[in-house]
Amino acid sequence: MGGREIHLRVNGGERRVVIEDQTLLIELVRSLGLVGTKLSCDSQVCGACTVLLDGRPVSSCTTLAIEADDKPVVTIEGLADGAKLHPLQEAFIERFAFQCGYCTPGMIVSAKALLDAYPEPDVATVRHWMDGNICRCTGYQTIVEAVLDAAEQMRGAP
Amino acid sequence: MLRRFDVHRVTSIAEAVDARQRFGEDAAIYAGGTELLLAMKMGVARWPHLIDVKAIPALGRITATNDALRIGATATHWDIERNALVGGALPALARLEANVANVRVRAAGTLAGNLAFGEPHADPPSMLIALGARVVLEGKSGTRSVAVHEFITGMYQTALAGDEIIVAIDIPLPAKDVRVAYVKFQILERPSVGVAALGTVRDGRFVGAPTVVVGAVDEVARAVPTAQFAGADARDARTLDAIAEAARAAVEPTADLAGSVEFKRHIVGVFTQRACATLAAQAS
Repeated sequence: MGGREIHLRVNGGERRVVIEDQTLLIELVRSLGLVGTKLSCDSQVCGACTVLLDGRPVSSCTTLAIEADDKPVVTIEGLADGAKLHPLQEAFIERFAFQCGYCTPGMIVSAKALLDAYPEPDVATVRHWMDGNICRCTGYQTIVEAVLDAAEQMRGAP
Repeated sequence: MLRRFDVHRVTSIAEAVDARQRFGEDAAIYAGGTELLLAMKMGVARWPHLIDVKAIPALGRITATNDALRIGATATHWDIERNALVGGALPALARLEANVANVRVRAAGTLAGNLAFGEPHADPPSMLIALGARVVLEGKSGTRSVAVHEFITGMYQTALAGDEIIVAIDIPLPAKDVRVAYVKFQILERPSVGVAALGTVRDGRFVGAPTVVVGAVDEVARAVPTAQFAGADARDARTLDAIAEAARAAVEPTADLAGSVEFKRHIVGVFTQRACATLAAQAS
């Protein structure tokens, strides 16, 4: 079986890859070494596998990789600018918004989609959006605070 | 990890119908994949072929006339919750869509797929039934439309024929003074009880009878017999109690991890009261 060639655009880079139709997006990105994206519930409930596909947050565990053909994909590895962390990453550190960290890449990628759509979210908007990302360590207060901090930081940035 | 299958991308409705005939039982229609791929990963369903309908341009559209909305079959929950036509003409549907599952499911999953899967624990069917929405289907012998309550025939069962695809959902718009409410009880990803209510309240009384449809708790959504409440005092607790009693009697709850039959029947009553109280409150 020959598979299908797709034009992959991950985190600003471009390459052609050959995949099977049943390949899941999480399998593809992790096979490229982008292992920040985590598999957990495998059923679109927990959000640990969140990536952005064409700007929308999706569960990469339940998205076929062929959907990424010629569409931009952003994983957690695509947020930092070299050694300079993204404001969301800084805010999660500042607010101690994680403990074990397994859910954190998905949290931060989901929060990025939120701030792209709503640069000035209120608490209710953050809670509603992040409702689909589950953390079993921290409680959610620090996560909500981190997202709000990052929003403020990003608005203030030149 | 998924077992091997082939995805066939079609670009017209005619091609999709051809593919349905060609592959028969070996193929499923694929759009958002939020239900389909889950079922395939769990091994409860297996199809060697998926017919991808997302590249059919006509299916992605959301349009409105003076008296109806037409939601194309590949419009996602995300598209619908943000759509200006939906928000303007039927804000209750926009709110319902904004609270389906989570943001990732909404970003990929479609309203048509939600109906096509016939999953009992779903938000949209109860409101769509209350509104009198219809599913527009196209197959080898042409187009037909089926009321949502007749389309979903049982748990994971629908009236979709083997050669058909869903083209759109047609939703009649209620008259200006008709209020639409949807309230749900949900502790996990899917609702355990969802109640849609629709009606007009004038001077504190129902004009005609309110429409109440209870979803997510039974094998299919159930319309509550409400004819006796035509003209009833919508602000009288006894009226709401009586409608709640009718709703409790209309459902056969399925016991599961979200609760027992008795518990769910109780919650049906509570949420029916809340939905009907909302109609009266909105009207004041």
